[in-house]
Amino acid sequence: MLSGILIFNQKGENLIFRAYRNDCRPRLADIFRIQVISNPQVRSPILTLGSTTFSHVKHENIYIVAVTKSNANAALVFEFLYRLVLLGKSYFGKFDEEAVKNNFVLIYELLDEILDFGYPQNTETDTLKMYITTEGVKSAITNNPTDSARITQQATGALSWRRADVKYRKNEAFVDVIEDVNLLMSATGTVLRADVNGQIVMRAYLSGTPECKFGLNDRLLLDNDAAGPGSANPSSGGRSGGGGGGGSKTRAAAGSVTLEDCQFHQCVKLGRFDADRIISFVPPDGEFELMRYRATENVNLPFKVHPIVREIGTTKVEYSVAIKANYSSKLFATNVVIRIPTPLNTAKTTERTSQGRAKYEPEQNNIVWKIARFSGGAEYVLTAEATLSAMTNQKAWSRPPLSLSFSLLMFTSSGLLVRYLKVFEKSNYSSVKWVRYMTRAGSYEIRF
Amino acid sequence: MFIAPHIYTSSPPWVRTPQGKVAELRQELNSGGKKDKNYSAKKIALKKIVANMTMSNNDMIALFPDIIDCMNLPSLEIKKMCFLFLVNYSRMKPEIALKALPILVNDMEATNPLVRALALRTIAYIHVREYVEATVQPLKSLMGDLDPYVRKTAAFCVAKLYEHDRKMVEASDLIDRLNAMLKDENPTVVSSVLASLVDIWGRSETISLTIDYSSASKLVSILPDCSEWGQSYILEALMSYVPQDSAEALLLAERIAPRLSHQNSAVVLTSIRVILYLMNYIGEERHLTSLSKKLSPPLVTLLSKPPEVQYLVLRNAILILQKRPEVLRNDIRVFFCNYNDPIYVKVTKLELIFMLTTKENISVVLAELREYATEIDVHFVRKAVRAIGKLAIKIESAAKQCIDCLLDLVNAKIPYIVQEATVVIRNIFRKYPNQYESIIGQVIQNIDDLDEPEAKAAVIWIIGQYADRIENSADLLQDYLATFHDETIEVQLALLTATVKLFIQRPTKGQQLVPQVLKWCTEETDDPDLRDRGYMYWRLLSSDPTTARQVVMGQKPPISAESEKLDDRTLEELCLNVGTLATVYLKPVQQVFRSARTRRLQYSPALQKPVEDYSSSNWQFQTPPAGPNPVTSPTAASAAAVNGSATTAAGNTSAAVNAADNYFNSVAVGTQQMAALDLGGREDGGFGGGGALQTQYVVNQSQQQAYQPHLAGGAATGELLLL
Repeated sequence: MLSGILIFNQKGENLIFRAYRNDCRPRLADIFRIQVISNPQVRSPILTLGSTTFSHVKHENIYIVAVTKSNANAALVFEFLYRLVLLGKSYFGKFDEEAVKNNFVLIYELLDEILDFGYPQNTETDTLKMYITTEGVKSAITNNPTDSARITQQATGALSWRRADVKYRKNEAFVDVIEDVNLLMSATGTVLRADVNGQIVMRAYLSGTPECKFGLNDRLLLDNDAAGPGSANPSSGGRSGGGGGGGSKTRAAAGSVTLEDCQFHQCVKLGRFDADRIISFVPPDGEFELMRYRATENVNLPFKVHPIVREIGTTKVEYSVAIKANYSSKLFATNVVIRIPTPLNTAKTTERTSQGRAKYEPEQNNIVWKIARFSGGAEYVLTAEATLSAMTNQKAWSRPPLSLSFSLLMFTSSGLLVRYLKVFEKSNYSSVKWVRYMTRAGSYEIRF
Repeated sequence: MFIAPHIYTSSPPWVRTPQGKVAELRQELNSGGKKDKNYSAKKIALKKIVANMTMSNNDMIALFPDIIDCMNLPSLEIKKMCFLFLVNYSRMKPEIALKALPILVNDMEATNPLVRALALRTIAYIHVREYVEATVQPLKSLMGDLDPYVRKTAAFCVAKLYEHDRKMVEASDLIDRLNAMLKDENPTVVSSVLASLVDIWGRSETISLTIDYSSASKLVSILPDCSEWGQSYILEALMSYVPQDSAEALLLAERIAPRLSHQNSAVVLTSIRVILYLMNYIGEERHLTSLSKKLSPPLVTLLSKPPEVQYLVLRNAILILQKRPEVLRNDIRVFFCNYNDPIYVKVTKLELIFMLTTKENISVVLAELREYATEIDVHFVRKAVRAIGKLAIKIESAAKQCIDCLLDLVNAKIPYIVQEATVVIRNIFRKYPNQYESIIGQVIQNIDDLDEPEAKAAVIWIIGQYADRIENSADLLQDYLATFHDETIEVQLALLTATVKLFIQRPTKGQQLVPQVLKWCTEETDDPDLRDRGYMYWRLLSSDPTTARQVVMGQKPPISAESEKLDDRTLEELCLNVGTLATVYLKPVQQVFRSARTRRLQYSPALQKPVEDYSSSNWQFQTPPAGPNPVTSPTAASAAAVNGSATTAAGNTSAAVNAADNYFNSVAVGTQQMAALDLGGREDGGFGGGGALQTQYVVNQSQQQAYQPHLAGGAATGELLLL
């Protein structure tokens, strides 16, 4: 497993060096600096030299590097590196060079705790924060073996992600369904690829040890329900209550979604999901990503884009881009940004829009068209012209695709809806649940 | 070469000479005196010292004795910082480190479990003989500690000691005790014990790890109660379970399958590894199909992870696809590249697209590849063009479509596209003789744009092969011959052969050129291959022109686009290593990591393969230390000979490859053609010194070459790290 963890800044200064095995020698830092940081040709995240492998991720302005010997489990290495980034963010807000330099001791302390002999140990933020804090070690722990025992139970227990003594006056749970819709459309208007990467983020402020059950309009589940002896309980949706979840019951009954695949937070009982597709779990306290899913059937594309781009000789490019919102007029998208690529030798541009603002960004080689609020059913047009400067070597323009970013509330591209969220706790308190939906552009690209 | 020491806080500027800084920190550490009840001055000083450990070139080691003095203070915070210092510097100053030993030994008996575990964890990191010896006794009692946190720390501790001194551990009963801990009621402890055992097993020749069905079953049942990392360790250990019965294998595979929905890609990929492994022991086709079906969706879902994980998943998809072609069959579109994908992801996706292309989806794929051929990254564009050419060879019915696409691209006259296209068109001619020669004219048009040896060799081959159809073939050759001595050996060989072909087909045109070229090749070259081939042609032409014609213009062996397939043995081994680094390189594990342990399928009555293949499962490939190309004939041949009767699959392969190699070398330009068939081709080849043998690992090799220039650079850089 891991022989060491190293952190570098962009200049190649070694900020953190923690060895877990004798084979992780100090000079490895120099080798990584020379072979990767100062070598612009290296484009792979994995570099093997002799029997030593450097696996790195870049985050903000630091390199986080794992050193391994022999044939290590690469998936584990990268998952761990990303977990380290996550931990860094939750401890310091932002995990960058400054945060590292201000928290050397804490980082070394964390690294000592979350890896033993290079094997990842408990990496749950909640548990770690019980005994590793920015204020140093909690004094209570120092002298009190019972408190320590509580921590050790937590760190090795089956519910390592949740403390037992959580208490709230008001029990609430917020569910955010966030979908990234990916589109790749060819120049002729054919959809080459359209799919949805969904993410369900939950913020649970629930007392005690709550058992949650979570229901979606997942086709397989609904089919199961229909097959079962009257198990589809129509009142189940009623408890989901609150916010936008209110109307979901009726619509969910109308349509269901085929989820290609789901992946869950470790709190979810995978055996149950595999057997009867019921999502049941004891949530960690606070915010966490409950699940990810993927849908590829019947993807609703919120925007239709129709670009016409004409290259006039070698001196000019003419654009006419029409974009239409393909959702109910009750909804509106915000922060719609359309990036329209221009040739590298663009000298100047002129653009006119029927809505929003367009501006040429020479450093990105883009015309950026921003529409702050885009109502459903609306259609807007941009016409633009790019004047090109003469070039000595006439190389064809690669015509990168036009790309979109936006966010659209109360809309899911996949059609996914939350049917219910039930909370069972032995003290039998009532809880309030809120559901929110949002669709964002993932990689939303249109070729022209 | 190191950077000026970094100043940690914005507090008053310190004296910047190392000695000054050390003195200052020492003073700060000892300030405070009796008044400082909470040791806050000490804590601040210690924080600065820890911060400077990595940043200032080991100057801090001078403070070692002062740190030892702090260790006994009743503050866990201070203790932790001192221990960090100790772990970092003990190796350089073992004699000072020894002074801390009693403190650590004492702490291992503390009432606070966190302190016990901390002391145990720390003491076992220190590579000093006295420390190792002092750990053994306390470790034995801590392995039975009441607190699970201490027990899991103790479990890893055994592996640590094994790293320090394996003889001592083997002589003691530590490993037996560790084994006994598998019965622990805490899942985290059990998973830690397994991780520790697998670690020891990986480095030992004497210890074997076997798991029977009831233990395997018990391990699977505690999976849900383990942390994500613990699940990975358990799954990893399950690879040591050898099913004796198909039903057992199936049951376990089905119980592991729910793990495929885990968020952690290590859990998912390791589960895939175990399921693929168990599938070798499952007989019934329908069970295999249903298990295979479960593998596709998680692989695709992992593509929404960060690019590094995507890359790993894609490399593994290449592997799994070769082993179980039914996986991923309908998913080609998910591998279409996004414009912003990092190049390493794109290139791997391209390989998968090629593998998944069929008669049915070829039109969609070609449209997609054409799109890639207009992108900016030259390396990627070349691969896209090459893929189009390879598809023409892979799918005969689509050859025409591919050729049209290539000609379209050639017409854009971008030099590197033209060169790439020339090479693949040569292969198409080779694959489908007498079908597409009408396009020769269009290919020859761009002859002046070619400046890379491979493209030149390709066009020269075309000129030679079709000397009778190309009106000015002699003139074209003459142009190249004018610079004969400046060309690379690859081009020279092609020129030699082409000239001979010209002579055979159009004796009048060729008769002035041939003697001149033969003379150059036999008398004025240092290259043995060129000289040998020159002599061969010379004798052939001078003794019997009819035979010469038969040999030179004879039927060529067919080529295929599947040359990048891994051989069975490598495939089997890599499938037992899904998710590990070797799968990124798609090479036999020992070729990348010499010291790694090889994994082979173990024989059992349930194994679904003929026994003969595995009779010699302990036969190991000895990689010659310096040469990254293990199939170099002498070693392989002698290794096979030593093993006598144990003619293994690999032995046969290497023999066959050698035979083929000899054959191709005798057939004019066979070598280049074979090598030219892969996506990556030779321009970035040269990994192990070239040669047709390389076709075996082509895809990976080019991949590797492009991003791992120093690995290929070979021994020189590698030597640096032979610690």
